[in-house]
Amino acid sequence: MQWASVNDFLSMGGYGLYVWGSYVVMAAVVIIEVMLLRKGRSQTLKLLKRMRNFENES
Amino acid sequence: MKARHKKLMLIGIALAGIGIIAALVLNAFQSNLVFFFSPTQVAQGEAPTGRAFRIGGLVEAGSVKRQPDGINVKFVVTDTAKSIPVVYQGILPDLFKEGKGVVAEGKLGSDGLFTASQVLAKHDENYMPPEAAHALEQAQKAQETIVK
Amino acid sequence: MAINLYYYASPATFYQLSGKLIPWFGWSAVILTVIGLYIGFFMAPTDFQQGEAYRIIFIHVPAAWMSMFIYLVMAFWGAIGLAFKTRLSFMMSRALAPTGALFTFIALWTGALWGKPMWGAWWVWDARLTSELILLFLYIGIMALWAAIDDPQRGDRAGALLTLVGAINVPIIYFSVKWWNTLHQGASVSLTKAPSMAKIMLIGMLVMAIAAWLYTIAVALYRVRTLILERERNTDWVKALVEK
Repeated sequence: MQWASVNDFLSMGGYGLYVWGSYVVMAAVVIIEVMLLRKGRSQTLKLLKRMRNFENES
Repeated sequence: MKARHKKLMLIGIALAGIGIIAALVLNAFQSNLVFFFSPTQVAQGEAPTGRAFRIGGLVEAGSVKRQPDGINVKFVVTDTAKSIPVVYQGILPDLFKEGKGVVAEGKLGSDGLFTASQVLAKHDENYMPPEAAHALEQAQKAQETIVK
Repeated sequence: MAINLYYYASPATFYQLSGKLIPWFGWSAVILTVIGLYIGFFMAPTDFQQGEAYRIIFIHVPAAWMSMFIYLVMAFWGAIGLAFKTRLSFMMSRALAPTGALFTFIALWTGALWGKPMWGAWWVWDARLTSELILLFLYIGIMALWAAIDDPQRGDRAGALLTLVGAINVPIIYFSVKWWNTLHQGASVSLTKAPSMAKIMLIGMLVMAIAAWLYTIAVALYRVRTLILERERNTDWVKALVEK
């Protein structure tokens, strides 16, 4: 292993901002996509349920 | 927002997107497909005259000289056949090294000196640990001595 | 065989089947990402010219590969849909686009953060970078087109046509570093020559690429299931499913 300490790991040989800036944005974008997917599905299911209830009542 | 307005807006976005694509493509074909010219191409008069363009090649070994004023730096860009002297004022990228790839943007003077406004490093597609690079270098040197 | 294919191409069957597959793809993607990151940060050595900055490669290259590959898959499903009028193939195409756009954005973003310290510029208008940017606008344009056309069938066809026309851009991206002088270097990994990377670096990158692949399958299946529910809302099986 090439890292002497946590700080050494975080600084990435002076390129920390560039390396972590890449990884953090990647992680954020993936998390956002997964959250949007779940939200979209539950919204669709809710909408369909409402439509169904409406049909049953009328 | 009304559905009709939303639809119009989305069509607008789609059209704008296609417009941007077309503009980028045209722009690229006009001037940027040739990102840089090699010193040989410049010698053959293929580079544009009277406007800024980019030259690309290797930084000739031993040619990098910081000027006494401490601001300007001079080096020679070569493609092993032809070479062009370059003067540049500014910060050099981390990967700028003698014997390595470089792309410089600027203007070619009538005296043959290229005054660069931007210097970019062009690295190759090899990735390896320093020890491996060192070993490779040694092996190459050994081979050269045998050939000689 | 033909009967079997049609059986799986029916949205109802596909909905059930994909629901079972998603966790497998999703969790394998998570596990492989952890392994890939471990290799990338703790096993792969420092690079001889780029130092630690090269570690961006473990997401940059997989993202760039996926951005092109997803587009080709979208074009494939679009072509199948146009040729055989299969509803599900158009839905697959729609389900892939947002993830393709995401990977294109990541490729551009990580490329900028990599280019600044190594080349000396966030962005240059060379053929590789420009064609990748065009890919992002293609994804956005296709999604906007779908969103703008209310009639699903017409939207499907128009989107598929635009996708197919834009597919010409993918080989341009891939071969740009060969065809023209670019600041971007050539490919480190290709079918025609041995990879120019140390083995452990290459393994880390490939593990991350497989993880990106599995992630894409998982999210695309998830998205297509929602699409199926919306489009098939008047069928008996969706009605039964909603009432549960």
